[in-house]
Amino acid sequence: MDYILRILPQLIDGAGITIQVFLITLVLAVPLGLALALGRISRWPAVSVAVNGYIWLMRGTPLMLQMLFIYFALPFVPGIGIRLPDFPAAIVAFVLNYAAYFAEIFRAGIQSIDRGQYEGAKVLGLTYAQTMRRIVLPQMIRRILPPVSNETITLVKDTSLIYVLAMNDLLRAARGIVQRDFTTSPFVVAAAFYLLMTLLLTWGFQYLEKRYAAHDE
Amino acid sequence: MTNKPMIKASGLHKRFGHNEVLKGVSLEMSKGEVIAVIGPSGSGKSTFLRCLNHLETIDAGRIEIEGDVLADTDAGGQARYAPEAEVRRICRRMGMVFQHFNLFPHMTVLQNIIEAPITVKGMSRDAIIPKAEALLAKVGLSAKRDAYPARLSGGQKQRVAIARALAMEPDIMLFDEPTSALDPELTGEVLRTMRQLAEEHMTMLVVTHEMGFAREVANRVIFMDQGEIVEERPAAEFFASPAHPRSRAFLDNML
Repeated sequence: MDYILRILPQLIDGAGITIQVFLITLVLAVPLGLALALGRISRWPAVSVAVNGYIWLMRGTPLMLQMLFIYFALPFVPGIGIRLPDFPAAIVAFVLNYAAYFAEIFRAGIQSIDRGQYEGAKVLGLTYAQTMRRIVLPQMIRRILPPVSNETITLVKDTSLIYVLAMNDLLRAARGIVQRDFTTSPFVVAAAFYLLMTLLLTWGFQYLEKRYAAHDE
Repeated sequence: MTNKPMIKASGLHKRFGHNEVLKGVSLEMSKGEVIAVIGPSGSGKSTFLRCLNHLETIDAGRIEIEGDVLADTDAGGQARYAPEAEVRRICRRMGMVFQHFNLFPHMTVLQNIIEAPITVKGMSRDAIIPKAEALLAKVGLSAKRDAYPARLSGGQKQRVAIARALAMEPDIMLFDEPTSALDPELTGEVLRTMRQLAEEHMTMLVVTHEMGFAREVANRVIFMDQGEIVEERPAAEFFASPAHPRSRAFLDNML
């Protein structure tokens, strides 16, 4: 127990990095994903084709590769040539990658809304934007909560990938202690941290699902 | 504004792929008229109604609503629509009631009714809520003000849908088989509400299978078959002695 208390500060620092990557990614990837979803169902073929290609690229290559590319290769790409520090590079990779997954969830949600809802809104005079904002998206949110919850929980654990950029997230912090002290108990403590985070998320999403289900009763 | 027809449709053509669903349908409707559109399924009557308020686009023909041109055929024989904002402005004068209600399930009955007046017309909540409550009283659903649609019977949903359409103060009401999705014992309450509207001289175009309603409430009956208007006459005459063999066959089947 003493030992665990002794290593706790380092693990909490690691968890702090993990939570930062998680929260920033979530806050940025959700709106970007929504924009991509709307682009994917756009009536302009150029937009939907471009978004389709983007989603294929982001879902078709490993997140770790994308992160390594943005950190190590982007500085040498002609015309772009941006050199990002490790933390922003990780965030950019996570946001671009997760937005693609969220986009597909949102698109499926939007397309699951009955055509009659659009027609009902149209004959009342609502514009496309008003129909989306007032009628379609609020109904979509309820339907996509379970897959979004899944994706969000995956994100918590995917944050451990940032170790490849030598950042001290929760898992890398634990591994550092394991190698230093020749004991595996830091792994157990790290696992407990992850479980706690995903438990909180699970509860949060359960609450949201209940709240959005109110109109079905 | 002397006696301009509420709806003037001439020569409407519409095809879905190779299937020609409207083969030159025309209609003139004056203020306060109630017209029932009847005919076998697949006759194009719903499509005709949906073309009038831009839920479907016509391929050729001309549609005028209260004198404003919604669509017209150009020199090349293609239908051209008015600019988008104009289309929206014209179509707002027509309320519509659907077979499947299309209420917004995430909103209460009251929210369903006040949504468009607030979002589209920019009315304040204080101004629209008393009006919405009056409409609910009119369709006999004051008690359901704060209920969600999932809690309502089909007949109640359809009466809310009528109240929702009326809240936008339309000049014309279009009904697309408003009782076809209802259990037989629930059609009466919806038809009563529609009859009440007719008595208040609302201009109504009703696609329906309810022959009783067509006979008793409509001024005029339009019988459609295979994308054409086969017969168009005052309701009493039509039901007493349908002139066309196809109308006769249809009525014999229905009654």
